[in-house]
Amino acid sequence: MFESKAGILGIAGIGFFLFAFISNVWTPILMYKDVTEKTAEEVVNYRVMAHFGDLNRRYPEAFQEAFGEPTEENCAAALRLGRQLYIGEGCWHCHSQFVRPVSNESKRWGPVSTAEEYQNELQRPVMFGTRRVGPDLSHEAGRRSNDWHAVHFFDPPLVSPDSPMPKYTWFFDGAPNKPNKRGLAIITYLQWLGTSLDSYPYYEQVNADAEEDY
Amino acid sequence: MTSDVKPLLPRHDDLVNERLVAWYFLAALTFLTVSMLAGLLVALQLIRANPLDGVELLSPARWRMVHTNAIAYGFLANAFLGCLHWAIPRLTLRPVASVALSYFIFSAWQFVVVCTAAGIILGPSFQAQDWVAELASQLHISMSLGAQGVEWGETPFWIDPVAQLGLLLVAINFMTPIVRQRGPMYVSLWYFMAAFVWTFLTYGMGNFMPEYAVGGVSGGAVGGLFIHDLVGLFVTPLGWGLMYYFVPIMLKRPIWSHGLSLVGFWGLAFFYPLQGIHHFLYTPIPMFLQYGAIISTIAVELVVTTVVINFIGTIWGDGEVLKKNLPIRWFYCGMIYYFITCFQCALQVTLTFQKLIHFTDWVVGHAHLVMFGVFSMWIFGIMTYLFPRLIGRDWHSRKLCEIHFWFSAVGVFIMFLDLGLAGVFQGYYWASLAPWDVSVMGSQSFWVVRAFAGLMMFAGTLCFLVNLYLTWRGPVRELNPDIDVAPALA
Ligand code: HEC
Ligand code: HEM
Repeated sequence: MFESKAGILGIAGIGFFLFAFISNVWTPILMYKDVTEKTAEEVVNYRVMAHFGDLNRRYPEAFQEAFGEPTEENCAAALRLGRQLYIGEGCWHCHSQFVRPVSNESKRWGPVSTAEEYQNELQRPVMFGTRRVGPDLSHEAGRRSNDWHAVHFFDPPLVSPDSPMPKYTWFFDGAPNKPNKRGLAIITYLQWLGTSLDSYPYYEQVNADAEEDY
Repeated sequence: MTSDVKPLLPRHDDLVNERLVAWYFLAALTFLTVSMLAGLLVALQLIRANPLDGVELLSPARWRMVHTNAIAYGFLANAFLGCLHWAIPRLTLRPVASVALSYFIFSAWQFVVVCTAAGIILGPSFQAQDWVAELASQLHISMSLGAQGVEWGETPFWIDPVAQLGLLLVAINFMTPIVRQRGPMYVSLWYFMAAFVWTFLTYGMGNFMPEYAVGGVSGGAVGGLFIHDLVGLFVTPLGWGLMYYFVPIMLKRPIWSHGLSLVGFWGLAFFYPLQGIHHFLYTPIPMFLQYGAIISTIAVELVVTTVVINFIGTIWGDGEVLKKNLPIRWFYCGMIYYFITCFQCALQVTLTFQKLIHFTDWVVGHAHLVMFGVFSMWIFGIMTYLFPRLIGRDWHSRKLCEIHFWFSAVGVFIMFLDLGLAGVFQGYYWASLAPWDVSVMGSQSFWVVRAFAGLMMFAGTLCFLVNLYLTWRGPVRELNPDIDVAPALA
């Protein structure tokens, strides 16, 4: 059996794979199956709408051309596009979206992430991330203003000296006060991250009262 | 194994399509070069010395995804397919299912890799156009033209079905001679057979489920299992299968212990796939599943140690060959690195370590030691052995072969030590609640060293390419048919 074709294909190839799949994948699926996955429309809230409206006031021409009026429906479309860009531009290889219960992370970034935060269309595939060159973004909304983000994307060192984050000049029509559709969408997306929490907006606490964790 | 049928042995030329093996190797080396250039671009970006910052199509983050995908699907997959076209027909004494199919797979796979890279680089530029959103709402799919959000599953959604089909054809092509083979199967064939099934299933799981079927935290569990299985059930079994094939041939002695071979294979098969969740410890994925993943990770590290012991037993008493025989040196150096990464893995998987090193450069150092220090080194060893046979000439320069070895082996080890240390620093900076920039600035010197280590690895690869070119253009220098290793190397 251990050296036969049937044993290797059947037991090792398919059997063990399925066993691992059931225990490691099917179990969490069953556990969370009753938590409904919200659509982008359902996760639009007044907080992100405030920023969406603010973008409309700051950059009216570009905004009208890209999304029309700042309605909830258009906000959902902007969130979808913003998330696509977050993935396509590889932001998630430098930024995580989960706050761990260790290493003082909840001081820096706010409450430890819970399963509910991820149960929506914009977290499919989930944007946990595996590397932090830059900070966690799961509670980014409201921490910075829209124009801060615009300048930051145009040329990060302008607002954050020494930043190694790449420039995203293609989110703009030539100047930091002229974001295009892509720029507006990704800023909307950032201003949505963490809006469902009571702690919104959470301001980074640095060096305040570091726990003796290590 | 074959002594009683010797008079009937088929001719090598009827078994192995050498031209195809050479083509696969050339494709693999091409993508390796692309990937290394991409790695250098990202490394330069991190030390803020990227002269091309702000050029959309050279966006470092897009090229980071090209870096990892070109390695997995462009370099490793192509190189492995080339090696399999050599090893499987010779082990089974039967040719692969069809020559035409083989060439078709070859071209289809290059198409897949090139389209993946093109999709990742060009996709986001078109993402904002209206027709994309319209199609997406009509078809009810998320339509990311560029990368998809699963690590190593970035393959754009319109390529996934082609790649899946390609993997099925690969399995059919190679399984045909294996199924027809009679009598006991050698260890390598166990690994290869299992790998064909696993790769197919793994690819399907990671590239369809988290995108279309499962969202949220459970989708994270799928993604974790996918990145994990891709390393453990595609790269690892093919790599070890090839070691079980090439090492005894070159040492001209059998594998030390058949029992340990069995333990190694079945241990890998059972424990490896159980560990996906260890990539996402401390997430909202239920804690008992996280503990399960941690325990089976530690278990598998014990098991793989038996494999390394088996190979050390095989070479025991014959250590001299490491000096003279270059392919063997590549192989055994890779195995030592393998042991180091596995040992490291058993430590870093514990929650104590995770607290500190998760998300840091430690993990990146680990990834380079596994992917480059182990599997790429094995592939380089095999290429060093096979190329003279494929192009009918002995290596132009032994010295360049040596430089390739030393630059690669030392370069990747520097990178590993440097990033490991960087990771520890980053972990403490973060926990100390110092402003984020402090951790970025503190990493700079490590990132500079990493860029130089990368240059060293790249220089080694360039030496190999130059040597290959000179050998190919140089005069025919017959190999001595009686010895298995090219004379210049033995
Ligand atoms: C090469 C790694 C890298 C990539 C890629 C990257 N970032 Fe960053 N990001 C950083 C670093 C480092 C910082 C911290 C320094 C700074 O503020 O610029 C940062 C900071 C930020 C901040 C400010 C966070 C805060 O409140 O202090 C935001 C927002 C952000 N990035 C969003 C993005 C988005 C969106 C993308 C993708 C379009 C992206 N980043 C791509 C490295 C990266
Ligand atoms: C020229 C040499 C190379 C350089 C300069 C280089 C540089 C890099 C950089 C900068 C990253 C991103 C790290 C981060 O996010 O902080 C990376 C990631 C990675 N590289 Fe390389 N690389 C090189 C060669 C290779 C090779 C040859 C391989 C494989 C055979 C490889 C495998 C990987 C993998 C697997 C990752 C992902 C790591 C992770 O996500 O944890 N690299 N590399």
